[in-house]
Amino acid sequence: MWLPRLAIDRWRLGERCARGEGPDADPLALIAETAHGPRIDAVNDAGRAAGARRGMMLADARTLCPRLKVAPSDPEGDLAFLGKLAVWAQQWGPWSALDAPDGLVIDVTAVAHLFDGEARLLADVQAAFAHRRLAARLAIAPTAGAAWALSHFGPERAILQPGDDAAACLEELPVAALRLDDEVLVVLRRLGLKRLGDLHGIGRSALHRRFRNRKSPAANPLIRMDQLLGRVSEPLLPVVRRQAPLVQRRLLEPIRHRELLDQVVADLAGDMARELEGKGQGARRLEIGLWRVDGDVATRYLELSAATRDPAHMRRLFSAKLDDVDAGFGIEMVRMRASWTEPLALEQGDIETAAETQGTSLAACIDRLTVRLGEKAVRRPVVHASHMPERAQRWRPPLEHEPAAQEELRFHARPLKLLDRAEKIAVLYATPDGHPKAFRWRGQVREIARVEGPERIAPEWWRSKSTARLRDYYRVEDTAGCRYWIYRHGLPDDGRGGLPDWFLQGLCA
Amino acid sequence: MPKTLSDLCDVDTLAAARSMRWRPGLAAPAHSEIFASGCEGGGAGLALALACDALRSSLAEDEDRRAVLWVQDRAAVRLTGRPYRPGLPAELRHRLIHVVAEKAEDALFALEEGLRCRELAFVIGELTGNPKALDFTASRRLSLTAEKHGVPLWLVRLDAQRDLSSARMRWDVRAAASPPPRWNAAAPGNPSWRAELFRARAHAPGEWILRDDGRSLVAAPPHSVGVAAAAGDRPLAVG
Repeated sequence: MWLPRLAIDRWRLGERCARGEGPDADPLALIAETAHGPRIDAVNDAGRAAGARRGMMLADARTLCPRLKVAPSDPEGDLAFLGKLAVWAQQWGPWSALDAPDGLVIDVTAVAHLFDGEARLLADVQAAFAHRRLAARLAIAPTAGAAWALSHFGPERAILQPGDDAAACLEELPVAALRLDDEVLVVLRRLGLKRLGDLHGIGRSALHRRFRNRKSPAANPLIRMDQLLGRVSEPLLPVVRRQAPLVQRRLLEPIRHRELLDQVVADLAGDMARELEGKGQGARRLEIGLWRVDGDVATRYLELSAATRDPAHMRRLFSAKLDDVDAGFGIEMVRMRASWTEPLALEQGDIETAAETQGTSLAACIDRLTVRLGEKAVRRPVVHASHMPERAQRWRPPLEHEPAAQEELRFHARPLKLLDRAEKIAVLYATPDGHPKAFRWRGQVREIARVEGPERIAPEWWRSKSTARLRDYYRVEDTAGCRYWIYRHGLPDDGRGGLPDWFLQGLCA
Repeated sequence: MPKTLSDLCDVDTLAAARSMRWRPGLAAPAHSEIFASGCEGGGAGLALALACDALRSSLAEDEDRRAVLWVQDRAAVRLTGRPYRPGLPAELRHRLIHVVAEKAEDALFALEEGLRCRELAFVIGELTGNPKALDFTASRRLSLTAEKHGVPLWLVRLDAQRDLSSARMRWDVRAAASPPPRWNAAAPGNPSWRAELFRARAHAPGEWILRDDGRSLVAAPPHSVGVAAAAGDRPLAVG
């Protein structure tokens, strides 16, 4: 798909005028500042009629047409606009790419039947672009190179079927259709090679020798020709290994209200469940795209903790995600795609409605918790190989497989709960190395009645700095019976700081 | 007439059941509340001990693989910390799923979702203070959900007033001096708690010293353990 007048069209959209009317009736050029003065990036129809051309210096154009108006061009804005168009254009195919500065590539493999054939697909695209007042030249071909050549130099809305002989069909096109650099085109013209058919006429080995040290595809007509004919793959095209299950609803009337959207999502979830069931798959990640009338696309993602194809479950999870969608002037198309699926065996549907009252499964429960509270809120503790108590436990997603780990040592007594940050306490102890007698924590002095320790945990030298201090852990019980896990950070004479501090790290049951 | 009679019978059985004192090893009530201080780990400790005790008594087979949901609100995490896997009872270590909720509403939502899940053994909640969201309606909702799906809820209330609640059993717990261990009498021993059952639907109120000795929950009269052991069966006032 080629947008030949993208910059001018965009300027015209900004000026809110139709083609050839209002400000567009006068000759106009979009200019970019260069080292040699302003240079023309794009001209409108009146400007072209007056003699201005793209790539001219503005001074030269002014001599041809003194009343030429200018406006600054905006290549970054054009590129961003093209990016939005590429996402918007995904309504005609699940995959699209930019072909900067003014082209789009859309993969319509196995999509045309949704639009009753390729010709109608192209007509639909043309109408949509015309509706947005964008000029577009379209072509469908088996390779991106051939589609590019046809859209730039071929007939209007050209379609090249996979069975056609591409070399014969395209031989009348000029060599510029090969997407080559300007100097290569000059070389080819000097050689007298003007059409694609001419390249077939002379031996491949001769051409190969002529361009033997040109490795870049844009500088080597042979590579470009092979890409055009599909003999070598072009990295631009994705290798679609597996078709992601995809369902969509185009709406007769744009919807603006939430209840209608919920209904559409419910329908899509039902369609998706059928689609997945046919493939024996369950969805792990779902994407829903909402195409708005004004060309914006809102996308929402959903990840599930276990493969599912329960439409009610999908609908409920999406309803939480769709709260902040701005419908604008209305949503005209909704598409649901399962971009990550896993095999899920077919099973008998629940015959008894009593299953509703039997409670949810663990995976469904986790999904609901994650959707409302966030991914980081629902975790499970797993063992990690470390001596440091706070490092010995890590938090992982709840249904993940537990990593293999060594069992904890049985004779280590550990507290039931660990504070996120150990809290500093003031401790009375008899001698520098004696047992603690009393401590003050959270503004309260507690006499220690029973104590066990120290359990010395040395710093992990392979992980921490050499100045890290060791810890002496004590299990203590105060006179009221509360049990805590406290430690002294360092020794008085270890030469790694002053007098050691005391911390309370854990609460025992 | 027969209706009144049967009603009378019901009242009788109810009264008989209510006169039965609580003891360890009974089936878990659907919804229990445990009031504890935010400066000690006793609330969660007793909740776990009671839950494990009820599980042991209700299950014939010893292998239970159902997960356990532990919901904390942010203030509870700050006050008493997160569960620490090496310190948990051995049979729960690999089954714990932990949820941190920012607000009390989120915590109640998580508790209710957990109670609805048939693949959970029990749900533990830790809420700080008396949040507005946890009124009698919310508490009744939790009770009904727990009863409907048969998943017991143990709700630990940290630093909270004894407000209105529909919990079937309500405990108040403080730490108690632990019995001296066998090999080092100066060390803290098995965790013990002074637990007061101040409201229960099926039992008379009472107070016990509860102790988890690793295999089961042991209840002792609410005197200091050493004196009670010395006094044996005699009433203390006489002995």
